[in-house]
Amino acid sequence: MKNGVDASAIMKKYEVVIGLEVHAQLLTDTKIFCRCSTKFGAEPNTQTCQVCIGMPGVLPVMNRKAIEYAIRTGLAMNCSIAPYSRFARKNYFYPDLPKNYQISQYELPLCEHGLVEIIIDNEVKRIGITRIHMEEDAGKNIHEGKGDHSFVDLNRTGVPLMEIVSEPDLRSPREAAEYMKKLRGILRYLGVCDGNMEQGSLRCDANISVRPFGQKEFGTRTELKNINSFKFVEKALEYEIKRQISVIEDGGKIIQETRLWDSAAGVTLSMRSKEEAHDYRYFPEPDLAPVVVGQDWIAEIKKSLPELPDEKRNRFMTQYGLPDHDAELLTVERAVADWFELAVQAGSQPKAVANWMMGDLMRMLNEDNKSIEDVTLKPDQMAGMLKMIDEGTISGKIAKTVFEAMYRTGKNAEDIVKEQGLVQISDTSEIEKAVDDILAKSPGEIERFRAGDEKLIGFFVGQVMKATKGKANPKILNDLLIKKLRV
Amino acid sequence: MKLNEMTILGLRKLLDKREVTVREVVDDVYGRIDSVEDRVKAFITITREEAYKNTERAQEAIDSGRASLLTGIPIAIKDNMCTKGILTTCASQILHNFVPPYESTVTGKLRGQDCVLVGKTNLDEFAMGSSTENSSFHTTRNPWNLDCVPGGSSGGSVAAVAAGECIAAVGSDTGGSIRQPASLCGIVGLKPTYGRVSRYGLVAFASSLDQIGPITKDVADAAAMMNVIAGHDPLDSTSAPVASPDFMAALGRDIKGLRIGIPREYFIEGMDQDVEKSVRDAIKKLEDLGARAVEVSLPHTQYAIATYYILATSEASSNLARYDGVKYGLREPAKDLIDMYMNTRAKGFGAEVKRRIMLGTYALSSGYYDAYYKKGQQVRTLIKNDFDSAFRDVDVIVTPTAPTGAFRIGEKATDPLQMYLSDIFTISVNLAGVPGISVPCGFTREGLPVGLQIIGKHFGEETILQAAHAFEQSTEWHLRRPSL
Ligand SMILES: [Zn+2]
Repeated sequence: MKNGVDASAIMKKYEVVIGLEVHAQLLTDTKIFCRCSTKFGAEPNTQTCQVCIGMPGVLPVMNRKAIEYAIRTGLAMNCSIAPYSRFARKNYFYPDLPKNYQISQYELPLCEHGLVEIIIDNEVKRIGITRIHMEEDAGKNIHEGKGDHSFVDLNRTGVPLMEIVSEPDLRSPREAAEYMKKLRGILRYLGVCDGNMEQGSLRCDANISVRPFGQKEFGTRTELKNINSFKFVEKALEYEIKRQISVIEDGGKIIQETRLWDSAAGVTLSMRSKEEAHDYRYFPEPDLAPVVVGQDWIAEIKKSLPELPDEKRNRFMTQYGLPDHDAELLTVERAVADWFELAVQAGSQPKAVANWMMGDLMRMLNEDNKSIEDVTLKPDQMAGMLKMIDEGTISGKIAKTVFEAMYRTGKNAEDIVKEQGLVQISDTSEIEKAVDDILAKSPGEIERFRAGDEKLIGFFVGQVMKATKGKANPKILNDLLIKKLRV
Repeated sequence: MKLNEMTILGLRKLLDKREVTVREVVDDVYGRIDSVEDRVKAFITITREEAYKNTERAQEAIDSGRASLLTGIPIAIKDNMCTKGILTTCASQILHNFVPPYESTVTGKLRGQDCVLVGKTNLDEFAMGSSTENSSFHTTRNPWNLDCVPGGSSGGSVAAVAAGECIAAVGSDTGGSIRQPASLCGIVGLKPTYGRVSRYGLVAFASSLDQIGPITKDVADAAAMMNVIAGHDPLDSTSAPVASPDFMAALGRDIKGLRIGIPREYFIEGMDQDVEKSVRDAIKKLEDLGARAVEVSLPHTQYAIATYYILATSEASSNLARYDGVKYGLREPAKDLIDMYMNTRAKGFGAEVKRRIMLGTYALSSGYYDAYYKKGQQVRTLIKNDFDSAFRDVDVIVTPTAPTGAFRIGEKATDPLQMYLSDIFTISVNLAGVPGISVPCGFTREGLPVGLQIIGKHFGEETILQAAHAFEQSTEWHLRRPSL
C-alpha cells in the first residue's frame, strides 16, 4: 500500500469473502478401500497392501464405517444426505498417489446443503455447508535427508477423508478461525476425526477474495493451501487479504491462482496459475457401485448422534445459568464440557467452575500446549478445592496457588493445603495480633488514612497478608482493620 | 487320441477312474508344446516346473477321492491375470519383470482345485487389439493357418486350446476378446454377464466392460469352467451378489420352442459370404432342432464401435495411469520426475496402447467430456435398451461372431479402424453387459473356422449354453482339429 496512507482506513473499504475447504481424516480402524490399518506414525510402507499400493488388477471395496462417519457428520452439520451418491476418479500424476488417480466424489456427493453456527460478537452467524464428500487420502513424499532421491511413504494412502466445503459466507479471518474451531469441535464430538491439524488429520484450504463494500459480484479469488496449524488460520488469511488489497490499491489485478502459506516466512507464495491448473478429467468410478443410503440407516445414525455443541451450549445457558460467552467456550470441546459437568455434579457452583476453567485452567493448558484430556487433575478435585473456599478453609488468593499445585501434581487440594500449611487463619485473636504489629510499625500511614487517604487500606491488608503468608481470612482482616483505623 | 487333445470332462472320467495319471496328461501337454509351440507361439511364460510340482498334489487329491472338477487338468491363463509368484506381463514392456505378490480371484479358484497351470498366454498388450499383433513379445499364429492371426486379444489362450497345448484356458473379453478369437480358431469361448465372474486380479483395461470367461474345446467344458470361476466376490464390488447356478445342468436340454432373435442390423449387404452362409445354415439347424427364428431389431448397433472406443479408452486412460516407473515394472532413468514418467511410458507402452490412452484422455478432457464420454454413456444406455426390448420377444439372439474368418498377419495391423471393425458383432454385447458365447459353425473356403454367436439375457448363461450345446451336439464342427 502507498506510504503515508492510513492502512486500516483502506482495509475498511473492502469486504472480505472466504470459503473453506476442510479435509478431515476419519477415525476408522481401517482404510477406505482395503483392510490396512490407519494408525499414524508407523514405519514407512508397513501399513500397505496390493490395493492401496495400486498394484495391477486390484479393486477397491468400500469401508461402510467410513460412509457411516460421513453421514454422522452430514447430519450434525444439518446436511441433506443423498439417497444415491457415487464415486469418481480424479486423475493426476503424483508419486504419492499410486494409481495416479484419486477415488473421490464429484457430481453426486454424499451430503449437501448444510449449515454450521458460529458466535461472533455475541451474535449467532450461520455458515452454509455446500457439500461434504468422501475420498481417499494420498501418501507422503519424503525429500529431506535423502540426497538427490525422493522417497514415498504410502501408509497414509487410502485413509478415508471427508472434504467439507463451506459457502463463501465467512467475512473475516476471525470468522474463519471460529468456523474451524466449531468444525473441529463437531468432528470431535462425533468421534469421527481427532482434529489434529499439526499431524494433518485436519487440513484447511481457503478461497479468498476481497471486494469494495457494496459491490455485488465477488472479486477474483485465490486458493490458499498448506495452512497446517490452528495458529496459522487467521495469520495466513490476514496476510493474503492485505496482499490482495495492496495489489488492488496499487492499480493491479488479482490473478486467479493457487498460493501456498509459508509459515516460517509468514507469507503466501504463488504455486500455480489458473492456466497451469490440472484438468482432473473426473469420471464416474467404474470399480465401485453407487452408494445407496436408505432412510432406515439415516434414522438409525441420527438416533445415535450425541448432543452437539450448539445444543449443549443452549442447555448450559438454561440449566446452569451461564452467560452465552461462557457456555460457548465450555462447549466447543466435548472433553471440556464433560469436565465442567462432572465438577458441577461433584457439588460445585456452575459459575465458579466456569470461572476457574476459563481462567486458570485454560491458561495453564495453553501455556503447556496441552488439552484437557492430558491432565491428571480431575473434576471432583476441583470441586473439593471450591468447597474449601466456600467453607473459608482457604482464601481465593491461596486457592490460586493450591490450584496450580493440583494441576502440576494431581494431588487433592486438602493434601496440598496441609503439606504447605495454607489453611486460612480465621482465628480473630491471631489476626488481631498481626494487625496490631503492623499498625504499631506504621504511624505515618495511619495518620494519612485518618486524614482521608482511604486507599491506604490496601497497604495495610497487603502488609498483614505478607506477615501471615496470605493465610489471613480476608473478611475478618478487613473488619478488624476498619474497626481499629476508624477509632 | 493323445490326452492333450481331450476335453476337461473326458479327462475327468479317465483320471477319476485311474485309467490315466495326471503325469501322463501333463507329459502329453508338454510334449505337444515342445512340438508345436515354436510355430504357434501361444505362450509368454511356460510354467513347466510348477506344473510338474503340482502334478503330484493333484494326483494325491484324485487318489484320495478329493478331486474337484479341474483337479489335474492342464489349464492356460491369459497373461493379464495376476498369479502370485508367476511373472505377469500383459504382453507389455511396462510391466517388465513384474511378479505379483497376490493372486487373482479366478486363478485362485482354478489353482485351488489343483488344476495344472500350463503357462501364461499371449495377448494384445493390455488386451487392446484383435489379433495379438499388439503383443510386445511376439504374434501368436492361428493353428489352422500359421500365416493368419488367431484373433485377439485372448489369441494366446485360444490358440493354445485349439492347438492342443492345454485342455482349456481362461481369457478376458472387453469387446470380443474371447469370442472373436474363439471364432477364428474354431473353438468355444464364453463372455459371461458383466458381474458374473470376479475381476479381482484381472489387470484392468476397461473396468465397466472387462469380464473373464472360459475358452474350451466344447460347450460342456465351458459350462464346467463356469461352475468353477463364477460367483460373487467380496473383493470385487462390481461382481453381482447373485447365486451361481449349476451351469452344467443346462446341457442336454432340448431347444424346442426356444425363440431365437436374428437382428436385422447384423446381416448386412457386403458381409463375408462364407460367414453368412455358415451362420444362415446354423440358424436353419437351430430351427430344425425346434427353435423358432424371429427377426429382431437392435437399432443402435451402428453406434456401438464409436461408443465402445470412447468409453473403453476413457477408462483405459485412467486404469493405465499407474504404470509410471515409481512402484513396479519398467523405470527409465531421467533427470527429474516428469521426464521419468515420460521416458518410462514412452518406452514401456506400444503404439496401440498409446493411441488408446490419448483417445481416452481426450474424451475425458474438460470441454470435451460432454460431447464424448457423457454422450457415449447415453448411447450405451440406448444399446442396452435395444437388447432389453429385443429380449422381451426372444430367448437368445444369434449373430455371426466375427465378420470374416481369420485374416493374415499384417493385413490390418497398420489400419486401426479396419482392426476395430473385426469386433463389430461382439462389442454391443459388452456395452449391454449381457453374456455371449461363440461356437464353431463352419469353415470358409480357405478352410478357416467360422463362429456362431449366441447372446443371452443378463445372467442368462444357462440358456445360451443350452442352445449352444444343442447346436454343437447336432454338428461336427467342434470335432475338427487343425493339422499342425
Ligand atoms: Zn491396503
